[in-house]
Amino acid sequence: MLKKKRNLLAAGILLLITLMTITASWWLPANALEINSTERLFSPSGEHWFGTDHFGRDIFAQTIVAARVSLIVGVTVALIATILGTITGLIAGYYKKADFIIMRIIDGMLAFPSLLLALALVAALGGSVTNIIIALSFSFWPVMTRIVRSAVLQINSVQYIEAAKTSGISDPVILTRYLLPNVLSPIIVQGTFIFAKAILAEAALSFLGVGVEPSTPTWGNMLQEAQIYISIAPWFSIFPGIAIVLTVLALNMLGDGLRDAFDPHAKSTKKTKRRRGTKQKYAA
Amino acid sequence: MLEVKQLKTQIDTNEGVVKAVDGVSFTVEAGQTVGIVGESGSGKSVLAHSIMQLNPVPPTFYPEGEIIFEGKNLLNLSERELRKIRGNEIAMIFQDPMSSLNPVFKIGDQLVEAVLTHQKMSRQDARARAVELLTDVGIPDPERRMNDYPHQFSGGMRQRVLIAIALACNPKLLIADEPTTALDVTIQAQILELMRDIQKKYGTAIIMITHDLGVVSQMADKVLVMYSGRIVEEGSVEDIFYRPSMPYTWSLLRSLPRLDAEAHERLINIEGQPPNLVSPPKGCNFHPRCPFSTEQCLEVDPELTVRGDGHFAACILSGQEFDSEKKRMEFADKKGVPQ
Repeated sequence: MLKKKRNLLAAGILLLITLMTITASWWLPANALEINSTERLFSPSGEHWFGTDHFGRDIFAQTIVAARVSLIVGVTVALIATILGTITGLIAGYYKKADFIIMRIIDGMLAFPSLLLALALVAALGGSVTNIIIALSFSFWPVMTRIVRSAVLQINSVQYIEAAKTSGISDPVILTRYLLPNVLSPIIVQGTFIFAKAILAEAALSFLGVGVEPSTPTWGNMLQEAQIYISIAPWFSIFPGIAIVLTVLALNMLGDGLRDAFDPHAKSTKKTKRRRGTKQKYAA
Repeated sequence: MLEVKQLKTQIDTNEGVVKAVDGVSFTVEAGQTVGIVGESGSGKSVLAHSIMQLNPVPPTFYPEGEIIFEGKNLLNLSERELRKIRGNEIAMIFQDPMSSLNPVFKIGDQLVEAVLTHQKMSRQDARARAVELLTDVGIPDPERRMNDYPHQFSGGMRQRVLIAIALACNPKLLIADEPTTALDVTIQAQILELMRDIQKKYGTAIIMITHDLGVVSQMADKVLVMYSGRIVEEGSVEDIFYRPSMPYTWSLLRSLPRLDAEAHERLINIEGQPPNLVSPPKGCNFHPRCPFSTEQCLEVDPELTVRGDGHFAACILSGQEFDSEKKRMEFADKKGVPQ
């Protein structure tokens, strides 16, 4: 029962953030992001809920607008990494010869921490939203490939795949109609986690100054700008930070919930609690 | 129709080359039922998979032999040509009906897919054909059951669905790999009954692979007894059950529980383990476990020799020698003398 509420809460938070981001241009005052030198570093008040930054811009409005870039990066990276990982994972799991080649490449990529790999790629490509998406997709798909491959290997030994081969069904049909639907649940769960990790990674890259160009408001960029004012205007750092934690936490909770829903064996509460604990630490 | 000639199937493993099928020859005529019996690890399933060419290559390879089906050697066909034969001309049903159906699709869709894989017809015609197949295999209310998922069927019903899928393209040969092993005894009888009816209606030849001698005695026109990758005895059901001429066959039959046995009587087993197929014993493969083995068995590897009309056995003992040995052994059993 508690778990059900947790999942609903997670889904609710995500829905709220998404809706606010999509509709922002309709209800945010047009001048919210304009530079206003008379209102610099105001603390939170009725007029500026989250306070203002060093240019006098409203932080609440910035946080909402920044969510758009962060979410777009997250969704796109999750989609690209999932699709790439699913295709390569299916092929690697099904064809032995391709498996060897694909898995050696994946092993090589997994030797680098994914954030470091993304960092190097962005440094080489230059910082922009597109390049961030390319870099993060590239560094997250190996994990997906591994997961899909291991799921395929498990299912491959089940008799209905052999039965399908016996009735003369061709490989593309076996891959798409027999293997893919049966490995879909780990893909969806892992996709959700990649979504969360991508948001976090984008924020980290922007904070380090190699992410999205500083003129585009993202949560990472806001944190980066706020860090020198942290002692005199802590709200400038706190609110984008809360936005990141909330989104990533909600995504991880949703991912855990989905995993429990898809996998009846993982329903022991003890395990879930421990897992959620580590996720929270990571998100913070 | 199907002729297997001196087939050898070997598997490359870390421990060495496993001679899973070692020079097997037999024929299957149209409409005939051939039973292949043997204990676990005797190479029955590898043989079946060899006929379907479903063994993964590598590590499996076929150093010798031919599998001639309707004039074509299946060992030489391309994957494309094989796909045209699989399911279409040769179909197969498996041991475990619980895991042989794709859990995410309705069984109607799976049947339609099986029909459409090899036949050009509209989806509607394929659906009609699917309903007809389900009726043939005795699924009540087939129209409604088409929309059910595999988990909504019991084991016996799933095996019926699998038989329906196997029959979708009117195959000439049906390979049944332990089709009743995973089922209740009452359901087993129904499935065997069904297979007999289907054979009558469709004229399909059946290769029935099993370790259940009862199944073979009910179904087969011809029985092959396999031991360590070889056929050690071949004959009609009467030959095998009443005149076994190979000590292994005789031991198998003797180890069957009997209804007329005394309650305190212990079941007779065959001592020892099946031989290691990487390095089989010298001479006759069965000699380490054979109650009648002699010095000679260590040296001579017996070939199949004629024992009667269509009855072959691989043993150095002649029919008469074997009979007298059997009598001695049975006499000893009755007196309770340890072997």
